[in-house]
Amino acid sequence: MFAYLLRRVLYAIPILIGVNLLTFTLFFVVNTPDDMARLQLGAKHVTPEAIERWKVEHGYDKPLLLNRDAQGSAQFTDTIFFKHSAAMFAFEFGKGDDGRDIGNEIVTRMGPSLAIALPVFAIGLLVNISFALLMVFFRSTYLDLWGVVLCVVLMSISGLFYIIAGQFFIAKLWNLLPISGFADGLDAFKFVLLPVLVGVVSGIGSGSRWYRTIFLEEIGKDYVRTARAKGLSEVRVLFRHVLKNGLIPILTGAVVVLPLLFMGSLIVESFFGIPGLGSYTIDAIQAQDFSVVRAMVFLGAVLYIVGLILTDLSYAWADPRVRLQ
Amino acid sequence: MSAIQPVILWTDALVFALVAGVTGLVLYIRRHEHLRAPWAGVARQPMAMGSALVLAVFVVIGLLDSLHYRERLPDSPPDKPQYSVEVLSAFDALVGPLRTQQEKTYSAPLAMHLYAKEFVDHDGVVVREYPRLKYGGAHLESAAAHWADIVRRVLLGSVQGLAIALLLVGVLAAWQARRSRQSYGEWLTVFGTGRLGWPGRTLATMLALIAIAIAVLLHLAAGYHVLGTDKVGQDVLYISLKSIRTGLVIGTLTTLVTLPLAVVLGIAAGYFRGWVDDVIQYVYTVLNSIPGVLLIAAAVLIVQVYIESNPELFDTAAARADIRLLALCLIMGMTSWTGLARLLRGESLKLSTLDYVEAARAFGVSHSRILGRHIFPNVFHLVLIAIVLDFSGLVLAEAVLSYVGVGVDPSMYSWGNMINGARLELAREPVVWWQLGAAFAFMFTLVLAANLFADGVRDAFDPRLGGRR
Amino acid sequence: MSTLLKVEQLVTEIGGARVVDGVSFTVATGETYALLGESGCGKSMTALSLMRLLPDGGRIASGIVRLGESDVRALPEREMRSVRGGRMAMIFQEPMLALNPVMKVGEQIVEALALHRGLSGQPAREAARALLDAVGVADPVRRLDSYPFELSGGLRQRMMIAMALAGEPELLIADEPTTALDVTIQAQVLDVLRRLKGERGMGMLLITHDLGVVAENADRVGVMYAGELIEEGSRADFFAAPQHPYSRMLFRALPRAGDSGRLVTIPGQVPKLTEPLHGCRFAARCPHAAPRCRQESPGWQALGGQRVRCHFAGQLGDAVPQAAGEAVTSQLTQPAADLLRADTLEVHFPIRRGLFQRTVGRVRAVDGVSFTIPAGRTLALVGESGCGKTTVGKALLRLVEPTAGTVQLDNETLGERNLARLRRQAQMVFQDPFSSLNPRMRVADILLEGMDALKVGEATQRRAAVARLLKQVGLPDDAGGRYPHAFSGGQRQRIAIARALAVAPRLVICDEPTSALDVSVQAQILNLLKDLQAELGLAYLFITHNLAVVEYLAHEVAVMYLGRIVEMGPAADILRTPRHPYTQALIAAVPRLDGRGGQQARLAGDQPSPLDPPSGCHFHPRCPHASETCRRVYPRASTLAGNHVVSCHLLTPS
Repeated sequence: MFAYLLRRVLYAIPILIGVNLLTFTLFFVVNTPDDMARLQLGAKHVTPEAIERWKVEHGYDKPLLLNRDAQGSAQFTDTIFFKHSAAMFAFEFGKGDDGRDIGNEIVTRMGPSLAIALPVFAIGLLVNISFALLMVFFRSTYLDLWGVVLCVVLMSISGLFYIIAGQFFIAKLWNLLPISGFADGLDAFKFVLLPVLVGVVSGIGSGSRWYRTIFLEEIGKDYVRTARAKGLSEVRVLFRHVLKNGLIPILTGAVVVLPLLFMGSLIVESFFGIPGLGSYTIDAIQAQDFSVVRAMVFLGAVLYIVGLILTDLSYAWADPRVRLQ
Repeated sequence: MSAIQPVILWTDALVFALVAGVTGLVLYIRRHEHLRAPWAGVARQPMAMGSALVLAVFVVIGLLDSLHYRERLPDSPPDKPQYSVEVLSAFDALVGPLRTQQEKTYSAPLAMHLYAKEFVDHDGVVVREYPRLKYGGAHLESAAAHWADIVRRVLLGSVQGLAIALLLVGVLAAWQARRSRQSYGEWLTVFGTGRLGWPGRTLATMLALIAIAIAVLLHLAAGYHVLGTDKVGQDVLYISLKSIRTGLVIGTLTTLVTLPLAVVLGIAAGYFRGWVDDVIQYVYTVLNSIPGVLLIAAAVLIVQVYIESNPELFDTAAARADIRLLALCLIMGMTSWTGLARLLRGESLKLSTLDYVEAARAFGVSHSRILGRHIFPNVFHLVLIAIVLDFSGLVLAEAVLSYVGVGVDPSMYSWGNMINGARLELAREPVVWWQLGAAFAFMFTLVLAANLFADGVRDAFDPRLGGRR
Repeated sequence: MSTLLKVEQLVTEIGGARVVDGVSFTVATGETYALLGESGCGKSMTALSLMRLLPDGGRIASGIVRLGESDVRALPEREMRSVRGGRMAMIFQEPMLALNPVMKVGEQIVEALALHRGLSGQPAREAARALLDAVGVADPVRRLDSYPFELSGGLRQRMMIAMALAGEPELLIADEPTTALDVTIQAQVLDVLRRLKGERGMGMLLITHDLGVVAENADRVGVMYAGELIEEGSRADFFAAPQHPYSRMLFRALPRAGDSGRLVTIPGQVPKLTEPLHGCRFAARCPHAAPRCRQESPGWQALGGQRVRCHFAGQLGDAVPQAAGEAVTSQLTQPAADLLRADTLEVHFPIRRGLFQRTVGRVRAVDGVSFTIPAGRTLALVGESGCGKTTVGKALLRLVEPTAGTVQLDNETLGERNLARLRRQAQMVFQDPFSSLNPRMRVADILLEGMDALKVGEATQRRAAVARLLKQVGLPDDAGGRYPHAFSGGQRQRIAIARALAVAPRLVICDEPTSALDVSVQAQILNLLKDLQAELGLAYLFITHNLAVVEYLAHEVAVMYLGRIVEMGPAADILRTPRHPYTQALIAAVPRLDGRGGQQARLAGDQPSPLDPPSGCHFHPRCPHASETCRRVYPRASTLAGNHVVSCHLLTPS
């Protein structure tokens, strides 16, 4: 078990190096600091001096990989790669274009992101599983057929529509909840409610349809027939046998996104003005703040790998047949 | 010395290559009974066939909109013709006035007045009122006849649409009756009782609905802006229809990029195992671990920089927007092949241990032949299901990416840009809802049709996954 | 004996097919009634109808099902639930699939105890332990906390039986309870069932395709064909004189001891139940069919204690139809030249563990196997599942790379460079006729594949070769243009044989080619293999677990246990006078048609894992004669008279 975990963690290192090299290539090689400066400074015909100044301000005035002017190990450390890419392994992200420390921003913005993402995840899972079980219980009836059609209709609606319609009807027209914004402490509740509702509803269609397929696959298996042959009622069969087996793929499939919840949801946070990591990211993209984007890429990759490891652990925990070695 | 100069944008070329490819595939499938059988299964499902009809309408519009040209400038010398910088399409030519009849600013659907009050000069007296539109309802004397006119047009359109639909069904019946050597009446009886073996009634109903919708729209659009106008007074119906091509291109070309990567890498990983598998798994774990939006954002920004630093490569705004669209398809394809590759890897892993593959190995059949004859044909249905399932997701993703600012070029007609441009207008009083509504409605129709069709395909090709009924 | 179960004119439909059509029978208290038939005949559906557990889309259309005094069809679902698992319990074919994989077996048994006996907590656990005792599970307390995947096949099936017994049923329905098990384990499980039925006075409905199982366990027999019951009688009567032509042909299709003559095959196929059927359903395949048979469905005719649905009941005489041709004697007396020689062949699979995936152990799938196959002869490789016999076959063809040992073909040692030569000379026929043919290739392309790859003959002549091959294996001329799904299991196996023959090999490795097939189809394939051997001078390595088939086909037999050959020699010697205790047990475990197999001593326990084979003689933990030496030293091979080689300490003079 321990050896397994250690191996997975060690395996994460080449992955992160790969991510790092990829972002380095995208942000510094394909797209040189000069290009960035030009894009940032706006006008097409900026002076070379302005570009140079911008690069110095942002610490992009060094060579990419090898600094021939420097001495000793500084030849390698006093470079863009070392300062901006390798440093991320130490979770040193530097400063964004607004001059704030990215690491600090991430820490303070995680809270609001989680306040939305965690309830959406948990409630969504519960709602989807319940809805899927309901359809499976009434399988081969019209209830099931129309349930599936409803799911397809729900998943055919753009996520943006749920947000806009939610804001328009619930907040603007009926004045039930604030349109957007966020507050600290318990006041956050009323701000959180609408985004969570929107998040859950927009996931129902695809989620419950997928879970229904999983449950249906289980219900066709021989052990379900054995359970019925024992004389168990259909409800008991569903809850004691089918649910338990079906939950294994569902839970383990859900675990992989668990760490990524820290990153928040880009669109929801941006629409609802939640000061989380999602809106941070989207602002950075729109402002073309590359250091923030790079930091978020790295953070996302780390969290994804944590998710993969958690998935394996949850398999071993939920399914007696799986042993980690 | 032609009046027009055909323009083939990159995506046009790819779209028509795709059409050619699909046609070839269809011909190939028609000749192979075991490939035809699941499609016959799709054809038996009413929901799938109804959706296919709707999709066909979208596809026709999209294809018409992919035949691009530039008009010759009227005052250019005949020996050295110059062409307009505006790139038009066959679709534009077809809808004609819809494009050119531009109002001043917002107007509600079917309105005859502008959305906002303005100072209007009435024979020297300046009044602040809702001015009449230049084109919408311009044929009417007064507002009194407004609704009667609309009702008249709707009724007329419905009757004509129905008539056309009946005519089409009649012709179809005659043809089918002759083919199956039945009398006309017999065929109609079989048709009416739903014993055709294909969902004739559903198709006829959908056909009638589509014909009526088109006829009504034509009648209304002749006199009004059916879905209103946007901020700069452009017809929203026109924008929505133009956006169809963007949606279709993103939904199809992206998969075209995804496919070779996913198929080659997925199958190779599953079949060869060992270090090949390790390397491929490493690559897709790296790609997967980067949040998709961020990767797309980074890549789009790079493309943006490239376009801006090489303006001389693009002679028109349309060409510039088109390159960005193509780049978006490429980038989304690069980030989204991993899912299918993983699926194909698992399936190839399973297939490569099957007895028929062992039998081929016992003959010393080469790897390439085993992959080509034993593995690929047996995972093809998964590829197909993935294509149709991914399509709707990609159409929806376009809207989100355009909102984030890393989608298609802002000058391009797309539902994402429509939503992005209009979402703040909901705060106005009275609400400007029609632009959002139109974008969502069009997107919903396309995605729903695609999803229902995908369901049908999946049920027919992979009964194990389906089990809908 | 009172009537426990009474079924009358039961009709069950699934989709448009009448899978059970007018079946009537009774089961008395304490009696075992066997429902015998080939796959798809409706026997399982009959059982599921009784339990009202039909799959989606299935329904009982008409008929009466009476359990004791209650009308099973009329019971409301609520009361039916107390009958299911209570008065009437069922065990299924595949115990791995039939148990919930993520629930401890103890919990699964307790669930039934709670439902039908109202037990919970410690008393329930105690009762569960008692049940495990009853079904002969060693160390029951520990086993209660096992998950199904931790148990062997035999143990799982015992758990299923324990679960079925939890409600103290009056009637036990056993649907092919031992089909998925090895023959020694099958014998153990059938013993348990027989004993329990006796102890508890249950009625038992035994559903099986295996005449041997019926002979050893049933009191009365009903034969089903195409959804109908066509013959019924006491076991003794039925086995002495089967009445229906179908029953008789089934007997003759079975290879049996001391008879290597041609097997009777049943031509044609079972009619499709979705189509309207007229007359006797067997008429199209029956050698006695008269015009009347095709028009008029025969009613029941009583013949002493037996009854049969045949127009010619009692008129067919005792003579069962003879085979078309006489046996082709391929028993060569003079020794032929060795075609293939395997010398200490070894296939070990490494097990990697830990941080750096170091090899911590090896699965010794094949562990030093040597044998020779003379040209034109058949060597049968016999053993239970997991003994490594399939791996031997694959290692010979280098489908699995051997880790040690050599393979010689015509005295030429095979290596990487002369692989193509090997592939021309040796080919393989696989077990599962469904997974061995690519569903997306035409039959002709399947047959051409090998010829193209190995460049056999002129490219232009290969099409003609395909036609010849199809004819050779008895397939219609137009088969080449069709896809595999158009063919039945037996026909697919013919295609697979034709594919192997396409490159004109001298050795064909047949890996359980008939174990997925019904008896009547098995007979066709066995006849075909025998004919081809006579015609083409083929040598076979026949890998099987079925000893009856061995007798019919093999000249020599090698018995494998845990990756090693424990006994090898001429077929007749091994089967008549087995010397190794394992071979003796294997042969004793085969159910016999005379019903006298049940008295033999059973082999205890399961085959150990090849990952960690027992020290000394691998067989010693299960061997009744094991001594101290057996526990320490693996026995050397000793050669007895007539090339009979045995690895057992009992036979080596110390």
